[in-house]
Amino acid sequence: MSAHEFHSALVPPQGIWWLPAHRQEKTWVAIAFIWCLVLFAMMPLWHFRGGQNPSGIRYRVTPEAYVARVDRFVEEYQVGEESGIPVVAPPPGADVYLLGRMWQWYPVLKLKKGVQYTLHLSSSDLNHGFSLYPVNLNFQVVPGYDYGLRVVPNRSGDFRIICNEFCGIGHHLMVGKVLVED
Amino acid sequence: MSAIETFAERFRTCPVTGLKVNRDSELLIRANAVVAVVAMLVGALAAIGLVLTRWQAIHLLPAEMYYRFLTAHGLNMLIFWILFFEMAVLYFAGPVVLGCRQPAPKLAWAAFGLMVVGAGIVDATVFMGQADVLFTSYPPLRATPNYYLGVILFAVGALIAVSLFFASLVVAKREKTYTGSMPLVTFGGLTAAVIAVITLLHGAAVYIPTWLWSMNVGNIDPEVYRMVWWGLGHSSQQINVAAMVSVWYLLGGLTVGGVVVNEKVSRTAFVLYVLFISMASAHHLLVDPGVGPAWKIWNTSYAMYLAVLASMIHGFTVPAGIEAGQRLRGYTNGMFEWLRKAPWDDPGFSGMWLSLVIFGFLGGITGVTIGTEQINILVHNTLRVTGHFHATVVGGTTLAFMAVTYYVLPLIFRRRVAFWPMAKIQPYVFGAGLTAMAMGMIFMGILGIPRRHWDSSFAGAPFPVEIHPASELVQVLFGIGGLLAATGALMFIAIAVTTVFFGKPVTAEAIAAGASGLPSGVLRLPAQSHTGPLADQVHQQGVKGTLVLVGVFFACFVLYYFTNWKMLSFLWKVG
Ligand SMILES: [Cu+2]
Repeated sequence: MSAHEFHSALVPPQGIWWLPAHRQEKTWVAIAFIWCLVLFAMMPLWHFRGGQNPSGIRYRVTPEAYVARVDRFVEEYQVGEESGIPVVAPPPGADVYLLGRMWQWYPVLKLKKGVQYTLHLSSSDLNHGFSLYPVNLNFQVVPGYDYGLRVVPNRSGDFRIICNEFCGIGHHLMVGKVLVED
Repeated sequence: MSAIETFAERFRTCPVTGLKVNRDSELLIRANAVVAVVAMLVGALAAIGLVLTRWQAIHLLPAEMYYRFLTAHGLNMLIFWILFFEMAVLYFAGPVVLGCRQPAPKLAWAAFGLMVVGAGIVDATVFMGQADVLFTSYPPLRATPNYYLGVILFAVGALIAVSLFFASLVVAKREKTYTGSMPLVTFGGLTAAVIAVITLLHGAAVYIPTWLWSMNVGNIDPEVYRMVWWGLGHSSQQINVAAMVSVWYLLGGLTVGGVVVNEKVSRTAFVLYVLFISMASAHHLLVDPGVGPAWKIWNTSYAMYLAVLASMIHGFTVPAGIEAGQRLRGYTNGMFEWLRKAPWDDPGFSGMWLSLVIFGFLGGITGVTIGTEQINILVHNTLRVTGHFHATVVGGTTLAFMAVTYYVLPLIFRRRVAFWPMAKIQPYVFGAGLTAMAMGMIFMGILGIPRRHWDSSFAGAPFPVEIHPASELVQVLFGIGGLLAATGALMFIAIAVTTVFFGKPVTAEAIAAGASGLPSGVLRLPAQSHTGPLADQVHQQGVKGTLVLVGVFFACFVLYYFTNWKMLSFLWKVG
């Protein structure tokens, strides 16, 4: 029985060093590996069993075409105005178009609780960040891409949209509004 | 005869470690380390402005300056400080550890020159206000063409330096300067270098077209940029992880005679980093419109989790090696005598241990959690992201690099560390500040406060935002933590700079007399290899204490992860 040899990470190992690991080390590697499989399984599982997934419908769109679509949406469903921004109340199940641009979320949205909408997000200039406050729902808004997320508001109230991607010096002014009614 | 003379001129034997150190590599290590510390000074000064601005009660800088400082802080800390230091690590892990000559020293200096010029151009354009684009510079946000040119020059220099590390492996093998396989420290450096090449190629793929676009040649798709950029942005952090883990192993050996419990396991874990990490950059696009769920799950799962596995393995083997090393020195009583009797007043040891703990508990657990496709909905672009990577890159990598500096100063600069009593507490000050700051950021993020944002009060916005009242308390934790961390960084810089220029020389007498300014492993280097009855006994005993520690770690990990799923389930339905 040969004696055990230990050396530091500065010493070049000699001969055959491809030795079996100690039982304790093997146990930890096994636990870690199984845990990694759990981490992996949770993501597809939530797509089937959970209700919060960033899947959405994704298209390429030119900024001009998207802005035209937002304008048509506002024209169709406008019900008022707040801080100079139109307030829009689309019917349940509608496609809702929201535009991020320096430094505004356009328009203000009025939604119903417990109803599904397809919320389209895009930008006409830079990257922006859609952050629904205080729900803490966050999505990246990229110019040239239409991100259509099916959302169901689960409580009524007065929410904000904070831009959380740097989009220039007036970035902190980019606050929008969503009203959810019972 | 003349050959022997040149040999003697070009090499010296380190009286402490017995390593054969060639003059060229030694000077390159010094130059890279000094520039790294200068970059850290720029980044740390910017950090003070940022902390005092985001701490809403103070709100120091105007918006434009805030974003300019933020850009400068990100580039100087994440790129210049860390990469210059990593180049020093590679010159050490290659030629010095293997005891060979420095291949192509002139080219190495040219690489260093390119990196310095590139970094200088980047900093100049940023501070002149021509590149307020933040670290990521997502198009269509645009900087002056010189900014991108500076980044490219820096990257070319880094690529040359990395190739010279590969060359040193070939030289050492061919000239037989060592026998057996390369030591683990060098192997870890090798994985860092391979990842660096992958990273720098992504960098070329993204910055060259962007540079042309900034001069109105061609076009850049914003989503494609995000995808390729993160191939650079995230992989570069994996260079840091690989280099940091190598430094952990190195310091484990130097400070307490930490051993490699199993070469196979540790090396396999390093290889996992190389194989899987670049695809894992996909986790930056989890809530992007550019790619679908199948792509997101695939790339973040098989790749990221196998890299996570690697970190979890090192998270065991590094403390296990330290435990075994301490047991080999006779600290065999009970579960934790090895830890209690560790040299806690050696900043090389305390810094390394704090780096390990902060990286694992605070950085690792949060990082894996936010890299989950759905949980990312809760986290993306909030301050939680910033909290996470400050724990990994600053609490982990930067602290490890600070810790190893306390050995670089006596061994490579051959100076006794100045302000030694301050040096002993520096890792604690920095580690504590950083932990408080990162936790403050994480809590602010959970409350929905965005990152990269000048004004948390949203004054002047068309609609008022009522921020959660708890955030004010958390901001104080963040602010005080940030100032403490900055103080720790400035202490480090003061110690390093003073030592380099005014430090007392390391002499045999100073070592024998146990003079101030010499860390424990320099005063008396622990044995680096062991056989005999004690080795057999330690092998039999195993590493019970480490097993307990990783058990606690695992429990925290599982708890935090599933708490996040619970939080997620309260959100609006979205799909
Ligand atoms: Cu914006």
